Amino acid sequence: MKEEIIIAGFGGQGVLSMGKILAYSGLMEDKEVSWMPSYGPEQRGGTANVTVILSDERISSPILNAYDSVVVLNQQSLDRFESKVKPGGVLIYDSYGIHNPPTRDDIRIYRIDATEATFDLKNSKTYNMIVLGALLKIKPMVTLENVLKGLKKSLPERHWHLLPMNEEALRKGMSLVKD
Amino acid sequence: MKGNEALAVAAIRYGADAYFGYPITPQSEVLETLEALKPWETTGMVVLQAESEVAAVNMVYAGAACGKTVLTSTSSPGFSLMQEGMSYMAASEVPALMINVMRGGPGLGTIHPSQADYFQACKGGGHGDYHAIVLAPSSVQEMVDFVALGWDLAFKYRCVSMILADGVVGQMMEKVVLPEQRPRRTEEEIRKLCPWAVTGRKDMRPRNVITSLELDDDIMEANNHRFQATYREIEKNETRCELINTEDCDYLIVAFGSPARISMKAMEMAREQGYKVGLARPITLWPFPVNQIREAAKNVKGILCVELATGQMIEDVKLAIECSKPVEHFGRLGGNVPAPDEILNALHEKFLDK
Repeated sequence: MKEEIIIAGFGGQGVLSMGKILAYSGLMEDKEVSWMPSYGPEQRGGTANVTVILSDERISSPILNAYDSVVVLNQQSLDRFESKVKPGGVLIYDSYGIHNPPTRDDIRIYRIDATEATFDLKNSKTYNMIVLGALLKIKPMVTLENVLKGLKKSLPERHWHLLPMNEEALRKGMSLVKD
Repeated sequence: MKGNEALAVAAIRYGADAYFGYPITPQSEVLETLEALKPWETTGMVVLQAESEVAAVNMVYAGAACGKTVLTSTSSPGFSLMQEGMSYMAASEVPALMINVMRGGPGLGTIHPSQADYFQACKGGGHGDYHAIVLAPSSVQEMVDFVALGWDLAFKYRCVSMILADGVVGQMMEKVVLPEQRPRRTEEEIRKLCPWAVTGRKDMRPRNVITSLELDDDIMEANNHRFQATYREIEKNETRCELINTEDCDYLIVAFGSPARISMKAMEMAREQGYKVGLARPITLWPFPVNQIREAAKNVKGILCVELATGQMIEDVKLAIECSKPVEHFGRLGGNVPAPDEILNALHEKFLDK
């Protein structure tokens, strides 16, 4: 098993931490993992992306030119990464603020309304967990149980009381995916 | 763990006595992690943010002169400031560990990954005839392992060891196995391991003097011969290189650090296309793995050197094979990192499609 993923959006949307939780979840399943962020003078409102690889075997490059799964959370990221989905791969995008939707017909495209879902949950901070839930529904690369373990590992203990809220968001995200 | 964080933890676990440094991207997490873990409360390790890189390297020099296990970390512009200290430490034959997580230069440059400090690290960035052992990690695990290896070699040969990493290895997270916590060396252990160190004249032993200054030319010449003899010994014993798919390869990629990882993917892609491509990854940049490269290149038609630089390591590759085969360069500069397909395209352009 090998899954090559990029998650891209605005800084502040929780792109890097979503990738980190996914990587930790892979770790809980005893997989080889790699997490490579775009780093730099970027800040809230700027662009951010992270490449996450989960694999049963040694991972060669942490940097890739094509991905099995691409998760894009704004128009710039969609424009930049739509062409980088491997044929037959998955593209997930949040409809919020998208005026030019994806057009490729050789990949599986999923529109999820994650930003809208944060209004239902009355909590914008679990946005990235909604998106992660959707990704895992489409590509069940790790179990929910291990995601929760990974989440616990990546959160400091003083935030553990927030775990149920994050689980709710993950489940909400899973429910947003329609075939 | 992130490469920089893992390196900081590895330093504590080795039983380091002190870290001196000054923050600079992309390696600030080393100092930040040490400050967060507060090793002074557990092992007694000193963590100090100096007023500049020049101060930090001289604090390292002083600690090393006392036989202490000391390190500093920095990135390219800071490493330039440390060159005087490197030269002094080499001349004083004291063991220390220096980490340079390279960023795009020259000048203050960018904060993104680069390997353009290869010459500076491997060919003596400071003045005088000296070498430091240069280790090039290409994974987070090696960021951990090379801390112990670096210090072991530094104490064995009384020289400076360097970890020459790039921003990718510093910033990425991977699975990592950490070593057990070792106790810091006691004063007694230091006296035994480093009889040359300035440790206080217990039992009125003869004085130890640590200096790089020698006014007598003949003595300085003899010192230089001694340094060189040590370097020859290091070249003989400590050369390291990873070879992948080199037994049957028609084309060889030579790369170190994160470009070696990206090249590995390019190699896999080339093999899928039916081309026999191998990879040689120098782990020690000095001493350069001359014999391993020569052996790996024996039956190839061409060699591609992939560097985040305009072509520095390529000179050592050409020397290693005595220019007996075509050697081409591919690199990105200024903080840019190539994707695997760019390397594959370069292979096609320079060799496969010719």
